[in-house]
Amino acid sequence: MTDSTASTPASPSNPPPGTDRSGAWSRFLTATELDTRLIGMVAALALIWVGFHMYGAIVNNFGAFLTPRNLWNLSVQTSSIGIMATGMVLVIITRHIDLSVGSILGFCAIVMGMLQVYILPPILGLGHPLIWIIAVLAGILSGAIIGAFQGSLIAYGAIPAFIVTLGGLLVWRGAAFLIARGETISPVDSTFALLGGGPYGAVGATGSWIVGLIVCGGIIFGVLNGRRQRTKFQFKQRPVWADSFLALLGCGATIGAVILVNSYYWPRGIVNQWAAANDVVVPETGLQISYGFAIPVLILAVVAVGMNFLLTRTRFGRYVFAIGGNPEAAALAGIDTKWMTVKIFAIMGGLAGLASVVASARLNSATNALGTLDELYVIAAAVIGGTSLAGGVGTIFGAILGALVMQSLQSGMVLIGFDAGMQQVVVGSVLVLAVFLDILYRRKSK
Amino acid sequence: MAEQNNIDRSGTPLVEMRNISIAFGGIQAVDDVTVDLYPGEVVGLLGHNGAGKSTLIKILSGAYAADSGEIYVNGEKAEINNPRDARSYNIETIYQTLALADNLDAASNLFLGRELITRAGMLDDAQMEAEARKIMHRLNPNFKKFAEPVSALSGGQRQSVAIARAVYFDAKILIMDEPTAALGPQETQMVAELVQELKRQGLGIFLISHDIADVMELCDRVSVMKNGQLVGTEKVEDVTDDDILGMIILGKKPGQAAA
Repeated sequence: MTDSTASTPASPSNPPPGTDRSGAWSRFLTATELDTRLIGMVAALALIWVGFHMYGAIVNNFGAFLTPRNLWNLSVQTSSIGIMATGMVLVIITRHIDLSVGSILGFCAIVMGMLQVYILPPILGLGHPLIWIIAVLAGILSGAIIGAFQGSLIAYGAIPAFIVTLGGLLVWRGAAFLIARGETISPVDSTFALLGGGPYGAVGATGSWIVGLIVCGGIIFGVLNGRRQRTKFQFKQRPVWADSFLALLGCGATIGAVILVNSYYWPRGIVNQWAAANDVVVPETGLQISYGFAIPVLILAVVAVGMNFLLTRTRFGRYVFAIGGNPEAAALAGIDTKWMTVKIFAIMGGLAGLASVVASARLNSATNALGTLDELYVIAAAVIGGTSLAGGVGTIFGAILGALVMQSLQSGMVLIGFDAGMQQVVVGSVLVLAVFLDILYRRKSK
Repeated sequence: MAEQNNIDRSGTPLVEMRNISIAFGGIQAVDDVTVDLYPGEVVGLLGHNGAGKSTLIKILSGAYAADSGEIYVNGEKAEINNPRDARSYNIETIYQTLALADNLDAASNLFLGRELITRAGMLDDAQMEAEARKIMHRLNPNFKKFAEPVSALSGGQRQSVAIARAVYFDAKILIMDEPTAALGPQETQMVAELVQELKRQGLGIFLISHDIADVMELCDRVSVMKNGQLVGTEKVEDVTDDDILGMIILGKKPGQAAA
């Protein structure tokens, strides 16, 4: 920064890149304080989306990617990995790794499945409204306890996280198999199933508009609050146009997303089923009912906002970065780094439990194989999203974008008809390429 | 030799470390060492690498727990088991490594472990940056890089952040571990001036150094260590550079060396 008086409070994770270059673009970046890295990721994502769509349109005569239906599905598919990726950011920032999240997910799914199908119904009665609540809490709690246990082995036993969680990868997958004797447990509680998405597991057109307006309100409040803070401490203000641009961009994207999910309609079969069940007469022209935001996507959004708040606005988050930047300095500053490690792994485990809710609800069943290989996708999402494996650097929203990139590649390749082997080759290559580009970027901005 | 203000050593010492011992594995890093420090005084800790200076001082700053021995602050026994305890006795430390989190900015490092928070319990980054600007302006008016992570700062600038952290929180006892090792002449001068100013404010300072010239200029007394043991404590006006050198190398007190 040429001018030191402008600063973003709480932006240790994304230091502004060198802005000595002149020109309209760099002045724009300086004024809006947008992270060029994040812009690059959004651009890459746009490229992937348009690329798949065009490929489909040209080769298969049908561009299936940029349709409300595909994008809606993409959002649901991203939820489970995205939820876990937000926790993995914390883990990786503090120079650890968690290889066990996929297995924890499977284990929690079995715990919740057993509760819903075999344990709770005889006690409470089938379909009792408390069943899904108890199941969800039990799932999240089991994950958190497992995470805390692994975290304490890492912190107090001084066993490397790689080893502890590699062991966990085998242990929890095996434990899930033992509990369920390898059987698939289904169907889950009908209310619980809504948490996985589907026609009924979405909030509909009106609900989506309400969500959208709340988000827009939040964005505008955030921008105004930022200006108020800068005035209070006499820091240099961002230009009004830059603040307005940011507010418009945020609100525009939100409203765009609402319009998108509202233009994906229930299939006719579901509409008829629903109409029959609710005594609604379907008119001749058919009834158009919008999906709106899927519940798992809203869960992901809430998790993302909460985790971002935790990481950038609280002491806990500041200590996460401090430990990642210099563990010794953090300890000398009086931070209990061991207890922090336990808490971080507990959060990671709890999020794996929550992701397990979404994943098993979506399948309407629990199997011990649920979440197999998820740990790799979660780590890849965090790393593609700019979390440095050397520690000290990472953002929540970057990780979610990373999860979206991974999922877009996968479902895009399915849509254009690549087979499974090719998909793995591409996803693996993209991971390496993304990290390489990131290293180049960091080297340049230093 | 700098101004020798008369230090009153008749009262209670600001801090007293009595019969401190600590061993790592089979190695006695600090062996029955007693040092003290009075208000407005700078005591230099000298010795070879591995003499136990830094270890002794890390016991005072809470990084290590002593195997035996007691610490008294203002005549009262102090329990220092971790860095937070030390801070609660207004003992602040500037480590040789500076102990900065490189990925955080100056204000975040300055308040690390003692963040200012808003009424809602959130980090008050704006307030912290405003405070950081104030203290840095006093210590190093040229310091402008508040938005960058400290990894982007020069050695002297990083040192200023580490010093600001110790000074900001009303230290009564300041520990400086090789404060000028990584600095140029101008910045070394800045540190020297700061030490004089803090002395006038009545702080007690433990200064660990390799550099005898440094010590003779800044300190009132020197305590020399060798192989974990205290060789002796002398007033600087009573000894010469060569006497101190003899203490460091031979482990003998001036009288003995002459004999």
